[in-house]
Amino acid sequence: MSVQRTITALPTLLRVGLAEAVAYRAEMLVWILATTMPLVMMALFTAVARDAPIGRFGEQQFVAYFLCTFIVRQVVGSWASWQMNMEIKDGTLALRLLRPVSPLVNYAIENLVSIPIRSLVAVPMGIVLLIAVGAGGVTHQPVLWLLWLLAMIGSWALTLLVNLAIGSLAFFFESSVKLMDIWTAAFFVLSGYLLPVELFPARMRPALDWLPFRYQIGLPVEIMVGAHTVEAALGLLARQWSWVLVFVLLTERAWSLGVKRFAAYGG
Amino acid sequence: MKSLRSYRKYRRLLAVQVRASVLLALQYRLDAAFDAAVELFYAATALVPLLVVFGTRGTVAGWSYPESLLVVGWFTLLQTVLDGIIVPGLTAVVEHVRKGTLDFVLLKPADAEFLVSTARFQPTRFTNVITAGLIFAYAFHQLGRGPSPGGMVIALVLLAFATVVLHSLLIMAIAASFYVVRIDNLAYLFTSVFDAARWPRSVFRGLAHVLFTFVLPFAMMTSYPAEALLGQLPPGRLLFALLGAGAFALAARIVWNRALGRYTSASS
Repeated sequence: MSVQRTITALPTLLRVGLAEAVAYRAEMLVWILATTMPLVMMALFTAVARDAPIGRFGEQQFVAYFLCTFIVRQVVGSWASWQMNMEIKDGTLALRLLRPVSPLVNYAIENLVSIPIRSLVAVPMGIVLLIAVGAGGVTHQPVLWLLWLLAMIGSWALTLLVNLAIGSLAFFFESSVKLMDIWTAAFFVLSGYLLPVELFPARMRPALDWLPFRYQIGLPVEIMVGAHTVEAALGLLARQWSWVLVFVLLTERAWSLGVKRFAAYGG
Repeated sequence: MKSLRSYRKYRRLLAVQVRASVLLALQYRLDAAFDAAVELFYAATALVPLLVVFGTRGTVAGWSYPESLLVVGWFTLLQTVLDGIIVPGLTAVVEHVRKGTLDFVLLKPADAEFLVSTARFQPTRFTNVITAGLIFAYAFHQLGRGPSPGGMVIALVLLAFATVVLHSLLIMAIAASFYVVRIDNLAYLFTSVFDAARWPRSVFRGLAHVLFTFVLPFAMMTSYPAEALLGQLPPGRLLFALLGAGAFALAARIVWNRALGRYTSASS
């Protein structure tokens, strides 16, 4: 299972993954529509800010923040854990194990090639964003956009790794979907997805800085709307990538211990 | 006479289906207890945005904190209806269509829509009823008064209408699985969009207001009953809700029957 072999298989994997993403486009569209929660939150918070701003957030800032959240979620989203649970339960994981590339790489690639299709919604959204709030809604510093790119990659990797790690737990328990649901519920509230972390009471903020949730979506959004200076962004990026590293190790352990227990019933 | 007999038949059928679901849930008691605990966790996390918003001011879009809590209470109650009664049975339909096993349902001598709708219940989700009760109690304690008795009756009638509308919307969504294969996440889509019902209706303006009043009538499901409990719902609204519920039920029946016509037993 060498690195070289994976690299040679890469073009084929990308092509197959793209074909699958296009084949199941109806399902893909449903996944996109299911992530409209930031738009509901946008309606709520602009209604709140109509009377008076909360902190530095006026109506404009909330619109920018939640549109960015919507865009980032389209790009970094992953549902590998649900897929793994299904495939481990019904035995179809066996088909992936037979291939000469690690199934983990396979899941990552499937996610990667579906990004262009998911972006079909995110990109027009970005244009709407620019028209709605004017170019002032997002940061103008080129350095910050560079850091934003790093934060996006980090968010994508972290979200995928969390999915793969929790998905791997399905080898040990009958199903880890419930655990993923708990993670998702915590993620919704604590990551900046439902509300900017800035709005949490001051004594809760340090805890949010340490937890992984914010680095799944909040950080790139905050950098995008210019909530951080370069120094602050660098500090948060370091924490994000530390979490990525932690989950690389966790996923590797959970997978390699778990896959030994796999028995393809039926298949 | 005939209608009475068929009513008795369906009542007995319902009792059998409910018993089977309860036994199934109690089979794995630890799982059931865990499920119930998770429900409490969800309910708690769902309150966070509300607490943050009302931490900064007294009213939002004309609704005070305890008044908004009433909306959240109805939302929690309807989530029980959705996740405990409606979704479990209907998600199985998608799988049936894909595998062709819907044959076995259609062959049974009872209405297919009734059979698939009552096939499965999730009793553990009913912990949410207690959570909703606690939210109501706390909200009225904060308001310093009780609900008006007439308002309570109206609110319960609205609960029945809301159940009909939710069921109809889900039936129509599930009907899509007869046309498009592999669309097993539609119920997930619906439950995530349903989250908008957590907020008072006056929060939404423009297009969103139209969407949540007429297309996905969340306003009628959570805001109207809350207003009824406060004794502030204009009586005309009840008529609107009745007409709406009837229209949705009829539309769902038509869509379901047309979709069934498209069903080609995949296995044969």
